[in-house]
Amino acid sequence: MENRQTYTVSVYTENNVGLLNRISGIFLRRHINIESMNISKSEIKSVSRITLLVKVTEEQIKKIIGQIEKQVEVIKAYYHTDKDTIYQESCMFKLSSDLLMENDEIQTIINNSKSRVININKEFFVLEKSGTKEEIEELYRTLDKHGIMQFIRSGRIAITKDEMRISTLLSTNN
Amino acid sequence: MNTKTQTQSKTDSKQKVHVSGAEAVVKCLLEEGADLIYGYPGGAIMPVYDELYKYQDKINHVLTRHEQGATHAAQGFARATGKVGVAIATSGPGATNLITGIADAQIDSTPMVCITGQVTEHLLGSDAFQETDIVGISTPVTKWNYQITKASEIPEVFAKAFYIAKSGRPGPVLIDITKNAQFETFDFEYEKCTSIRSYKAKSKVNIEEVKEAAALINSAKKPMVVFGQGVILGEAEEGFKKFIEKTGIPSAWTILGLSALPTDHELNVGMVGMHGNYAPNKLTNECDLLIAVGMRFDDRVTGNLNTYAKQAKVIHFEIDPAEVDKNVKTDVAVLGDVKESLAEILPFVNKNSHENWLQEFRKLDAIEFDKVQKDDLYPTKEGLTMGEVLKEINNASGGDAVIVSDVGQHQMFACRYAKFNQTKSNITSGGLGTMGFALPAAIGAKMGVPNREVVMIAGDGGYQMTIQELGTILQTKAAVKIVVLNNEYLGMVRQWQQLFFDKRYASTEMTNPDFIAIAKGYSIEAKRVTKREDLESSIQEMMESKDAYFLEVCVEKENNVFPMIPTGASVSDIRLE
Repeated sequence: MENRQTYTVSVYTENNVGLLNRISGIFLRRHINIESMNISKSEIKSVSRITLLVKVTEEQIKKIIGQIEKQVEVIKAYYHTDKDTIYQESCMFKLSSDLLMENDEIQTIINNSKSRVININKEFFVLEKSGTKEEIEELYRTLDKHGIMQFIRSGRIAITKDEMRISTLLSTNN
Repeated sequence: MNTKTQTQSKTDSKQKVHVSGAEAVVKCLLEEGADLIYGYPGGAIMPVYDELYKYQDKINHVLTRHEQGATHAAQGFARATGKVGVAIATSGPGATNLITGIADAQIDSTPMVCITGQVTEHLLGSDAFQETDIVGISTPVTKWNYQITKASEIPEVFAKAFYIAKSGRPGPVLIDITKNAQFETFDFEYEKCTSIRSYKAKSKVNIEEVKEAAALINSAKKPMVVFGQGVILGEAEEGFKKFIEKTGIPSAWTILGLSALPTDHELNVGMVGMHGNYAPNKLTNECDLLIAVGMRFDDRVTGNLNTYAKQAKVIHFEIDPAEVDKNVKTDVAVLGDVKESLAEILPFVNKNSHENWLQEFRKLDAIEFDKVQKDDLYPTKEGLTMGEVLKEINNASGGDAVIVSDVGQHQMFACRYAKFNQTKSNITSGGLGTMGFALPAAIGAKMGVPNREVVMIAGDGGYQMTIQELGTILQTKAAVKIVVLNNEYLGMVRQWQQLFFDKRYASTEMTNPDFIAIAKGYSIEAKRVTKREDLESSIQEMMESKDAYFLEVCVEKENNVFPMIPTGASVSDIRLE
């Protein structure tokens, strides 16, 4: 498909059971894969924020935003390109503690990647890193040859450079 | 549910009464003026039915013969009256049987509230008897849905449900109520919902958009209007008429826009779309300005989008922002309620007439009459045509009847040839194309507008999909006039097989029962017509009947509907034969 790119979708919603199903259904129906998803509270009390990552064309994302905003419990939805947001993902690696003892390289990797050890015991240690997907993938590649016991990466979270105006919207809708 | 953050309503202090959740449901319906509802009882909704029994002097519950029938009846009621239709069912299969009607109401923007019973809260998720995740199942086809597990939630959720179903672009809402919430008692108090903070029912009309649209309209040489159901749902018929009369713009309709403008209005140029009229389809690709009013550019309307009205500027009057630029790129979108936006634009448009342009429609009309309509309406060959049946119905009704059609060839004939003098008179399943829609919808329509003649037209296929609703007629005495155009085929599918599948008539031929005997079994007067000379008198007799009446017309088996835009073709490549 022409001109597909990664968009970060931010959806401000009421926090209700079932709404996530409604929103994911919009993507499901159009056969679009959601690359990552994060749900959290937002800067406004009792308003949730869903952050989604999808690879689509701009025409598609505009229509999807329209469909999302149509949902009764959605307050506002936005889409942004990477350059319009400051974004991060977080990840954790579970690695064998033997590596720390036997392999000098590991300490260098930890320092260079700006990751940190958040848990350590006799069998394993846990390494945490926040950064872009690319940085995390690079760290994955570096650690892979040493044996990764477990790996997990969070969905993207993003702060937009432009203002969101949710509070204004909430007061003008009524 | 948090009352304070989600809805803000006028606070008029009403007296609180201590009631069960089930009684609260009935009280909510009465508060919303829903005193005629359709449904089917069962285990998980029995407490509500027990209250319906106690309130039967205030609320008329109509027992349909299948839950799908309840939804279509509620839809027919809603489409004929403009009010919210209500359907009620039990959990499990009762609830899943509502889905077709809900999906139909969603795609055709019909205001409907569906109420389902649900297993008691502590059994949720345990695969209990007749438990089904109806909230999950109905999510993609509802405007909103909610599961109530506490009686105290009932008033606010019902108020929200009715508000959401009716406001903005209308649609179906489903409320699922666990059995414990129906038994639980609480202090009932009702406040109507007038706003929801996360929901904008409609945009305020932007005067700049209106002026831009007016400028395009004033400079257009060959403008054309295509209007849809938005005109009816927005009760904008009068304003719409003023707008086209002042600007003199030829106006075509979508299948759901039908009856918003009287058939014999001089600017009414017929139906657009796959089986629409020749002129408006052809001239869609010749106009210099296309003005869409309350319609959504469905694929059956546009044909191939790459060759649809590319030469024209496009104005879209629309209440749902998600419809703008969805299928057809607009030059000017006027968001908001069409009743308001058409009233706003009226002072800015010049008085005009487009006589020469209108003549181009008339010229093409003459070609269509010659090639298609003449044989449909005034056939000389043996074998009754669907078109002549419609002509006779028009003669008998004078254009004042509500016509409820099913889905298929007869539906296209009904929409092409039925005459309408007033709005809310054409009830059909447009978007979903639900066979079996007509009979229950006609019952709902007749009960909604009991003083109007309601004529239902179905094929022999669709009729049999909900034929059990004859039982509802038997019980309610709803005086629906049932016309079945029997060609012993699933005619529309057969037509496609003939044209696009080398006449391989796979599973489209039907061996039918004795429809007359069936109707009579339900104590409905019935007659079969096989000859042309009996048609007029039989239709007269049917129309004069005070009660329900069944008329089977045995029509030519292999007639086709034309004009036709083959799937994927351009609207201007419309075929006449």
